[in-house]
Amino acid sequence: MEVDRTDGRTPNQRRPVACTPRILHRAHGSASWTQGKPEREYEMVLKKTLQSICLLNVHPNTTTSIVIQVVNDDGALLPCAINAACAALVDAGIPLKHLAVAICCCMAECGHIFLDPSKIEEQKVKAFVCLVFPNSMVSVLPQGSLRSGGELMEHGIITSVTHGMMAVDDYLRCLKLGRAAAAELSDLSRSSLKLKAGNDPSKAAITRLKTFMTANGNIYIYIYHYLSGLPIFKILFFQIYP
Amino acid sequence: MGGSANGATDLSSEMEVDAFRRLFPLRFHERHLVESVRPDARPLGKSRETSLALGAVGSADGSALAKIGCTTMLAAIKMEVMTPATEAPDEGCVAIDFHMPAICSPIVRPGRPAEAAPVVSKQLSDTILSSGMIDLKQLSLVSGKAAWMAYLDIYCLDADGALFDAALLAAAAAFSHLQIPVVSLNDDGRIVVVSKQNEGEKLKNKPVNEEKRKLKLRSIPFALTCILHKNYILADPTAEEESIMETLITIVLDSSCQLVSLYKPGGPAFAFESVVQDCIALSRQRVRELQTILNEAISDMEVD
Repeated sequence: MEVDRTDGRTPNQRRPVACTPRILHRAHGSASWTQGKPEREYEMVLKKTLQSICLLNVHPNTTTSIVIQVVNDDGALLPCAINAACAALVDAGIPLKHLAVAICCCMAECGHIFLDPSKIEEQKVKAFVCLVFPNSMVSVLPQGSLRSGGELMEHGIITSVTHGMMAVDDYLRCLKLGRAAAAELSDLSRSSLKLKAGNDPSKAAITRLKTFMTANGNIYIYIYHYLSGLPIFKILFFQIYP
Repeated sequence: MGGSANGATDLSSEMEVDAFRRLFPLRFHERHLVESVRPDARPLGKSRETSLALGAVGSADGSALAKIGCTTMLAAIKMEVMTPATEAPDEGCVAIDFHMPAICSPIVRPGRPAEAAPVVSKQLSDTILSSGMIDLKQLSLVSGKAAWMAYLDIYCLDADGALFDAALLAAAAAFSHLQIPVVSLNDDGRIVVVSKQNEGEKLKNKPVNEEKRKLKLRSIPFALTCILHKNYILADPTAEEESIMETLITIVLDSSCQLVSLYKPGGPAFAFESVVQDCIALSRQRVRELQTILNEAISDMEVD
């Protein structure tokens, strides 16, 4: 029995990802924002996830402030924010160990698992999982040197946040599916970020205040990275409710 | 002095050990992990001593005090009558809040809420509501007109690691202890709580519910937090271990071993599938331990 999805996607199909760095320079107008409880939790998850991929000791005594503004929430908000924040960090020139690739898997009542739910689908499912994997590492070292205890580095999860009840085996199935999707997504982001990298050698300058905006469909990200004398890493996450 | 690196093995110089612990905390802990033990002499997969006391707060309708090692949580439930929402006319409501007052830890300053508090609060809400422990229909009084609102407040009295585990245990114990008060309809058609003074007299109005009853809880969720550090998995960390080795993974299972939540909020160490399986096995064991402790505490109460 196949799960019918309203937008005609197959269970394993993600929605298309559009990642465009530096397209907007309009002023950030007035925005009404609420800091309800879900925002605090997302902030903590984002902070711990992004902190683990940034190499902050390359530039010591700097403040890295990441502001994430949600304009439209159509489901899978946390993975979208993580993917967008990663692209923004690359764009800002902050040294990273590897990218973080996030995907959302959900389980319907009938037991079928599918990817990247929309808002309506998210409310109807029994459980969903947000998984973040490191992107696959291309290495010049001989094959097998990136394995840890028999498992590839990119199969380890950085972050997992679940919502709703499921059997342990269902969670492991979600992991498998998520891993496959993350591998595909990581190749996509690597190629798209390479294209946009361009020839801008001034990215590493940290003495000036820099603002970058990345639009990933429904999320805007600003990153401020400046010499402040204090090593601070903070995330501010807010949603605009129309 | 040549003693600083070997301080841990030199028993005659107690000060060296404490200094080493403060100056090189990670190395201090790793020296213990190599011997498969932790500074408080626990094996890696063992949790701290857990105790439960039901009915800790006399004025609340349900309460419990849970201690895991030094981490202490006090949970109290207050019931109030409210009108149910139109979409769910025969369901009550549960509001869960987690507080970390300044008493619990030197890191929490008065006037400045702890960072962990709203996160644990939301996690608790999500876990308790999605585990289906409480059947909201049991909280209904008069369909469409009156239902119970249960306010669950959990106070952290001592924060020594594994806050979520202790808070969830305290919440489950408080709901197990909860006795729904007797109410009756008064002349205005409003629901009034029958207070102790009226019990002896003949009641003018028939009570809406005959006697104080307890909630029937469906599968109760239990949590286990583990730390991942290199190849080691440490169950039930203390606050010191949490601050040094930053990767935490919290697994919540219910009594039928269904996964209620698997929460790993980032951190430098990755969780491979084998590690996830090992943590789930440790959690299953812990669920059995906690179930026994909870059942013992309930039967102790009933004997009184």
